[in-house]
Amino acid sequence: MLAAAGAGEGARAAIELEAVGLRYFTPDAEIEAVSGISLQVQAGEFVSLIGPSGCGKSSLLSLIAGIQAPTAGRILIDGREVTGPNPRVGYMLQQDYLFEWRSILDNCLLGAEIQGLPLGEARERALHLLSQCGLGEFARRYPRELSGGMRQRAALVRTLVTAPDVVLLDEPFSALDAQTRLAISDDIVDILKRERKTIVLVTHDIGEAISMTDRVVVLGRRPGHIKSEHRIHFAAGTGRPTPLQARAMPEFNAYFQALWKELDVHVED
Amino acid sequence: MSTSKTEPGLSAEYVRYRGGLRRRRLLVLAIQVALVVLVLALWEWLPRAHLVNPLLTSYPSALWPTFVDLLVNGHLLAHTGATMVEALVGFVLSMAIGIGVASALWWSETVYRVLDPFLVVANAMPKIALVPIFYIWLGPRSSIYGIAIAIAVFSTIIMIYAGFRGIDPNKIKLARTFGASRRQVLAKVVLPGSVPTLIAALKMTAGLVLVGVVVGEFQSADAGLGYLIVNGSQMFKMNVVMTSVTLLAVLSCLIYLAVHFIEKALARRYV
Repeated sequence: MLAAAGAGEGARAAIELEAVGLRYFTPDAEIEAVSGISLQVQAGEFVSLIGPSGCGKSSLLSLIAGIQAPTAGRILIDGREVTGPNPRVGYMLQQDYLFEWRSILDNCLLGAEIQGLPLGEARERALHLLSQCGLGEFARRYPRELSGGMRQRAALVRTLVTAPDVVLLDEPFSALDAQTRLAISDDIVDILKRERKTIVLVTHDIGEAISMTDRVVVLGRRPGHIKSEHRIHFAAGTGRPTPLQARAMPEFNAYFQALWKELDVHVED
Repeated sequence: MSTSKTEPGLSAEYVRYRGGLRRRRLLVLAIQVALVVLVLALWEWLPRAHLVNPLLTSYPSALWPTFVDLLVNGHLLAHTGATMVEALVGFVLSMAIGIGVASALWWSETVYRVLDPFLVVANAMPKIALVPIFYIWLGPRSSIYGIAIAIAVFSTIIMIYAGFRGIDPNKIKLARTFGASRRQVLAKVVLPGSVPTLIAALKMTAGLVLVGVVVGEFQSADAGLGYLIVNGSQMFKMNVVMTSVTLLAVLSCLIYLAVHFIEKALARRYV
């Protein structure tokens, strides 16, 4: 914690992947999930990784989060090698995985409890974030009383309570219906930007990647490797449009066509 | 969610629907009560009409004087108390061992692989065959606990461990993203997430322990309801045997109610 405080203004973290590879071993086979991935994410940048299923994009997040170790290369966060789970990194999974036996507030305090942070402060922070997400009145409720979208927002609060500088999002909207998804992405991008996080989003949704992030990294399959990178820039207006506005802009379609070709989507058996 | 009975806006159909639910509940309860009354009535009437030999079955109205006599002269409370204490201690120990061993199995895949076949065999083994051995090894008192735990604990371990393994691995992954240690995963995810399994294990263990305690008392005790049953049957005092069996039934009801109460208190958070 002290080290993070010492970093002061530069507390926003940069991520570096240097020739990262990951192989899985099973008794009958050796599977190369990703290979030779080199990538830099600037502090405060919002980068998305897209690619077909099986391209190892979720594995990359596990590696950055330190819950899996690469079998080749190394990963640095602000110049320090990742050797295990790091309190500076928050990880939001595909589903909320809220614990049904904990109230929403207690769910949000899980990370703080595990990391041994002062619970009084964490509780205040959680309540503040919950009310920012429109969940203020639901702090004492239980997960089953909330809709899918509300649950996913609660999961975001749980990720942010420990005040990570890097937030990893693993298809965090994939379990939601289309309308909820659009509404939630606006909310979540808004909160993450306000908290000035460095963000890596994994998705297979091209539109989501374009409308939300500063840079789209396209991954190819087996073993996962970087095919191309696209910087997303919208000319109109001041600053970045919200995801919903972005979808209405002329650039959106151009990027969409380019990425669609890049992904080389075709139906396979 | 918060519809009250006095709410004026209820449609006639809805009132009828709720009336139907209530009637069905009452009907089930009435049939249950009627079944108990019927069994008691047959038990009373058949021996009295000499359709069955009253020496073999006794009958409810004959049990009452026996019950009072045992209560006053036969230390019935002490016997019932002894069985209850044995069952309670056996139960607490079985659950504690069950949770402890299941945690160890969860903790280390190697420990699980080593112990798995032994657990399965031990569980299948008829533990009643061990009663004489336990009597010789542990003496008359402790052998009761020994047999009660031996009968219950393997099923308890296997059931709780299965519950631990059934926890969604993504919940564990989530805890690990926050840097949780194995101990923290156990304490914050696996144990609280297994409460429904633990309740099911509670029910099963309570029943098995009571079996073990009574069997243990058959062999060795100088007190307890099992002792009364064996002693009564050896002297062909069917009144004593039947009174003791009835008390065991009452004890089972109490255990059922206790577990039911715990289940209701906890289940609200686990749907």
